[in-house]
Amino acid sequence: MNSPLTSVTLFHVGPVPVTLPVVVTWAIMAALVLGGRVLTRNLSLVPSRTQAAFELVVDTVDSQIRDTMRVEPGPYRAFIGTLFTFIFVANWSWLVPGVEPPTAHLETDAALALLVFIAVIWFGIRAVGVKGYLATFAYPSPIMIPLNFLESLTRTFSLLVRLFGNVMSGVFVIGIILSLAGLLVPIPLMALDLLTGAVQAYIFAILAMVFIAGVVSDGRPVPATLAPSPSPRTLP
Amino acid sequence: MNWLALASIVSAAMAVSFGAIGPALGEGRAVAAAMDAIARQPESASTISRTLFVGLAMIETMAIYCLVIALLLLFANPLLKLTP
Repeated sequence: MNSPLTSVTLFHVGPVPVTLPVVVTWAIMAALVLGGRVLTRNLSLVPSRTQAAFELVVDTVDSQIRDTMRVEPGPYRAFIGTLFTFIFVANWSWLVPGVEPPTAHLETDAALALLVFIAVIWFGIRAVGVKGYLATFAYPSPIMIPLNFLESLTRTFSLLVRLFGNVMSGVFVIGIILSLAGLLVPIPLMALDLLTGAVQAYIFAILAMVFIAGVVSDGRPVPATLAPSPSPRTLP
Repeated sequence: MNWLALASIVSAAMAVSFGAIGPALGEGRAVAAAMDAIARQPESASTISRTLFVGLAMIETMAIYCLVIALLLLFANPLLKLTP
């Protein structure tokens, strides 16, 4: 059985080895970019069926950002939405035969977690300035500076290990059961994997939001207009 | 097979099995509390379940850490490289 910590090299571009997760990642990126291009080509005020369906997705992302971060979703929609969509598609990419989800490998998850780590600094500095960002480390009291600093590193690491562990264990368990029990037996587990993949994508996006919101809105009062809407909503 | 490999395999199994106990109990308590809260206040179900999901992910991470330790022991054991 192949180790889940290593990945297969497919071919070399010059001196750079290209592995299967890299190829799948680029394919997903191309599909998402092309899909986004095609879908937003003819936008109209009175939406067609497809446009309405995808507006619903954007609207859900917006309302999640509004509920979780208590800010207007404008600046964060692109990052959070892309993060969620990419991880979601990556986690479900094994539905295509022969493809292994790139998130089941440590490198992809490390890149995603690094993106969140940078985004927290970037959005923090943009919202409250360098001084304000550094001041969040001394929140709620200066004694917490080393702990807060350590936390910002460990939470990035735990983001990486969580996504990797969940997706990889799903792939791994299916592999083991397939080799022990045979064809068609792992199908219920694969259905469970679809659920896990969706939930992990959601959790990754929510945690990215929570981390960014922790910097952006530390000590800021919540405007009354952004209070959570009273209408009952269901989770996506 | 040397003793180091044997010890690694046994401790990988121990890491996963004992590491799953704590998160399992914790998740059970969290879900029970969330169910209780939803039963009392069904109108806040969406907020509660969103927080529950995030909390469960946090708790689950502990078990995942144990899994990663076990995988490191099985597939990328640093001790086995020391002894030829």
